[in-house]
Amino acid sequence: MSYFMGEFDVAVVGAGHAGVEASLASARLGCSTVMFTISLDQIANMPCNPSIGGTAKGHLVREIDALGGEMGKAADYCFIQSRMLNRGKGPAVHSLRVQADRVKYHNYMKKICEKQKNLHIKQAEVSEIIVENGRIIGVKTSLGAEYKVKAVVISTGTYLKGKIHIGEVSYESGPDSALPSKYLSHSLNENGVELRRFKTGTPCRVHRRSINFSEMEVQNGDERIVPFSFDTPTDGLTNQVSCFVTYTNSKTHEVILNNLNRSPLYSGRIEGVGPRYCPSIEDKIVRFSDKPRHQLFVEPMGLDTDEFYLQGMSSSLPEDVQKAFLQTIKGLENVEIMRPAYAIEYDCCDPLQLKPTLEFKKIAGLYGAGQFNGSSGYEEAAAQGLVAGINAALKIKGEEPMILFRASSYIGTLIDDLVTKGCSDPYRMMTSRSEFRLLLRQDNADQRLMPLGHRVGLISDERIDRLNKKIEAVEQELVRIKNINIAPSDKLNDYLTSIGTSPLTTGCKLSDLLRRPQVNYNDIAQFDCDRPELPFEVIEQVELQIKYEGYISKQLAQVESMRKLEEKTLPEINDFAEIYGLRLEAIEKLNKIRPQTLGQASRISGVSPADVSLLAVWLQNRKETK
Amino acid sequence: MSTIAAISTPDTAGGIAVIRISGADALGVASRIFDPFGGKKVSEMAGYTCAYGIAHDDGERIDDCVLTVFREPHSYTGENVCEISCHGGLYVTRRVLRAALRHGAVSAGPGEFTKRAFLNGKLDLTQAEAVMDIISARGEAELKMAEELRGGAAFKKAKACSTRLMMILGDLAAWADYPDEDIPSVEPENLSAQLVSIRAELDSLIRNYDSGRIIRDGIPTVIVGRPNVGKSTLFNCLSGYERSIVTDIAGTTRDVVEETVRLGNIVLRLSDTAGIHETTDVIEGIGVGIAVKMIDQAQLVIAVFDGGCPLTEDDFNLINKINNKKCIAVINKTDVPQLINTDFLHDNKLQIVYISAKEQRGIDEFKAAIESIFHLTSEDLSAVTVANERQKGCIDSCISCIDEALVALKCGEMLDAVNVILDEAEQHLLELTGERVTNAVVDEVFSRFCVGK
Repeated sequence: MSYFMGEFDVAVVGAGHAGVEASLASARLGCSTVMFTISLDQIANMPCNPSIGGTAKGHLVREIDALGGEMGKAADYCFIQSRMLNRGKGPAVHSLRVQADRVKYHNYMKKICEKQKNLHIKQAEVSEIIVENGRIIGVKTSLGAEYKVKAVVISTGTYLKGKIHIGEVSYESGPDSALPSKYLSHSLNENGVELRRFKTGTPCRVHRRSINFSEMEVQNGDERIVPFSFDTPTDGLTNQVSCFVTYTNSKTHEVILNNLNRSPLYSGRIEGVGPRYCPSIEDKIVRFSDKPRHQLFVEPMGLDTDEFYLQGMSSSLPEDVQKAFLQTIKGLENVEIMRPAYAIEYDCCDPLQLKPTLEFKKIAGLYGAGQFNGSSGYEEAAAQGLVAGINAALKIKGEEPMILFRASSYIGTLIDDLVTKGCSDPYRMMTSRSEFRLLLRQDNADQRLMPLGHRVGLISDERIDRLNKKIEAVEQELVRIKNINIAPSDKLNDYLTSIGTSPLTTGCKLSDLLRRPQVNYNDIAQFDCDRPELPFEVIEQVELQIKYEGYISKQLAQVESMRKLEEKTLPEINDFAEIYGLRLEAIEKLNKIRPQTLGQASRISGVSPADVSLLAVWLQNRKETK
Repeated sequence: MSTIAAISTPDTAGGIAVIRISGADALGVASRIFDPFGGKKVSEMAGYTCAYGIAHDDGERIDDCVLTVFREPHSYTGENVCEISCHGGLYVTRRVLRAALRHGAVSAGPGEFTKRAFLNGKLDLTQAEAVMDIISARGEAELKMAEELRGGAAFKKAKACSTRLMMILGDLAAWADYPDEDIPSVEPENLSAQLVSIRAELDSLIRNYDSGRIIRDGIPTVIVGRPNVGKSTLFNCLSGYERSIVTDIAGTTRDVVEETVRLGNIVLRLSDTAGIHETTDVIEGIGVGIAVKMIDQAQLVIAVFDGGCPLTEDDFNLINKINNKKCIAVINKTDVPQLINTDFLHDNKLQIVYISAKEQRGIDEFKAAIESIFHLTSEDLSAVTVANERQKGCIDSCISCIDEALVALKCGEMLDAVNVILDEAEQHLLELTGERVTNAVVDEVFSRFCVGK
């Protein structure tokens, strides 16, 4: 039996990191939005590590912020320790990572959603999507409630047919003992969405009083804290906790190896494909048997709890084995497990079924986001949720979709990778996935994406004015230092020699001096008398743009040549075999992926440059005969 | 769009060969490899104008050529186009192309000129299918070639370099993407040392490229001389040497039949016309006729003189025609009393070899002279080299990226910048196999490093 419960523009199924961003974006863009969650107490939960950011993920958070998403602001509000990773390895790989208070984060996001105009939150399990003539028209809950909607975002995370494995025991469950979503898979399948099984895992949580911290290395936060959000004031941010590092040893490995037969991974009970980047401890020991020790991080779950997270120790071994191997580790001899580690299997879709807007090719108005799309990680999920939510709203408003060009952002790279190359294991963002790393830095996410966020409608006029003022200040200072002559002097040359670079024999521009890797902007203030007072964010951009000018212009040229292919849109093609001259392999791949542009086609493995040429000629021919 | 270059005449010996350069920077590329006589600047040449001058590679003279400039949109492709017409020898033509590739052009893909012409609206629509045909067929041919290449020693060597470079990229990626894991840090000095070693390996693949071509394809050779100096005898003598293989490769061009003569490790491709076989009218023809054309095309000229009589006026004329070519002066008939005065030959710095074709004496010296003229060493003869200009171009580009990375490391640049240059270096090598760098690096990291939560 069923009953009608209301009509909305957009329904979002799931309220994790993807669902929250999708819902907020859609509601903020003026669409009436309903967000379903199996439990209101799980909104924006962090069922795995209590942290936001990290390499490449930190980039994603800043990009989400620049586009008008919430994650960066939430992380700034809830962080208890902050570190900029990779200082000293170059600005392209600087990445922000914070430890966040898990409960506070959930509360913050729940409150933000509750306060949001146009956004309605419902605790319910969505069990069906209702599709008519290839177009989504509604959803139905397991209680029988029907909602009429114009678009649906599926962001079910690990809930969809979730199954937890701990040793020999397995049971149907969502993460953190939440109920799983049992019925939606069937409905998706019936409507032509191809699903598959992925798996992930999480380590155990242990009690503070059972840890001997004096046996571990301490890891503290940064002295000068950089927030995620471009809107968070930098003053008053402080670290409140430390993290700790310890190591496994041969005894640990022995316990694990002796009990491998009790692992569901090795006995074949888990069919889902696990992530390569996040292997369980038993996986690490088997695959890297020559490594004498593996490191683990001991991280607090929040300020109001004694739970600690053991990063690096994800496992699906039985609870007694978990306890036994943890006790072999220095500082954990008396470990008291509060939540055991587990592996979780779940249904997700093959992202090759999606357009770069994250809409399903076959079902108009149905979008996918987050782990449902085969990715992994809170930040990857939030990024996709934001894009799916924006595009669902834009479609309803009859506006052009927002497609992030690969060279514009890590978000664009993430989505392009998913929808063009697909993924064979849960996809994690890494800096090495972007060929435009030097352009896509975390420090310039505002310049790269805020104008787009403004155009879409999530960034205010006032905010964009501030951005423009910053850009202007950077330009002015660049012009100034490119025109200032610096004469050689004993003082300057002594300084240059002292930092390991050659002295000046003739005068040069200040910018030429700054170009040297050893020289930095602040240290040469003494030789630059008329320097204006500038905020850190402006100085940072000036310095980077001077130092990396050559590389940046090289990458910009690559972007430019790519853009031309990217701008050539391919029409709906029923069968690529109709295009004369394409090779069989290319036809198969093209038919499966149905690229939207020539650029996307060129990145499909199995499509050769000659095939792309053929498409180009075909496209031109078609245009002219029309 | 990039500026592309290719030989646009058939890749065989012909009278004139044309290297076509097309793209926004076509004039820039041309100006870097071509100096017009009279000092006019290439960049200032108007469309539809020509200049006579010298094609060179970093100042090393290649050939006298004619440059024709077409300015967009009034060209075949609709872009800026420069066409360099040079004498049609394969060697010269390829050197000009290579100079263009070294100075900013990239090798044109299958049917790319035509494709660009089409995309710029320069071709009739009815030609579309023909264009697609060409691209498709040439794409297939290229794939096939790449597959054949895969089994080859050169490919294995390049692949080994690519694997080493990939390990470096994997190190850099793991080090950057997993800062908290206990992964060994990447030290610039160590990185430089590895790059220098990879560079040397790659360099060995292309250093022998020219000699490799000569060894594989043979040296286009022409035998000239006035009648009755013993050209036919020499020819027959060479043919018989060491049970040499003589094959007819018919139809590579319309009017020339080539005979391939193996001389130890060296293969000579003797361009043969009726003129040479019958030893008539060769001298009279010099200046305008077929012999001049043949001399132009040849990489090696064997000029035969009669040791038994003084040099004649015809001999002097001949010497003046050939003294700018790679040339061996063969003084034949050492079996009769010697009346020849070789001063003029010496004055023209010709390498002289004395033989008796009739008695088959001096052939080893003759062979040694050829080896020395082409700087072939025993190392070359067994060396592994890449197979074509396109592959060579990939490796050249890779090397120049490695050089750039080495300079950056020396200057103390941050590793993120160095990493991006090395990505590009690897991309050039992977073009040989059709892989993509970012995917490959990610795989590398996961297979080698134990990383994750």
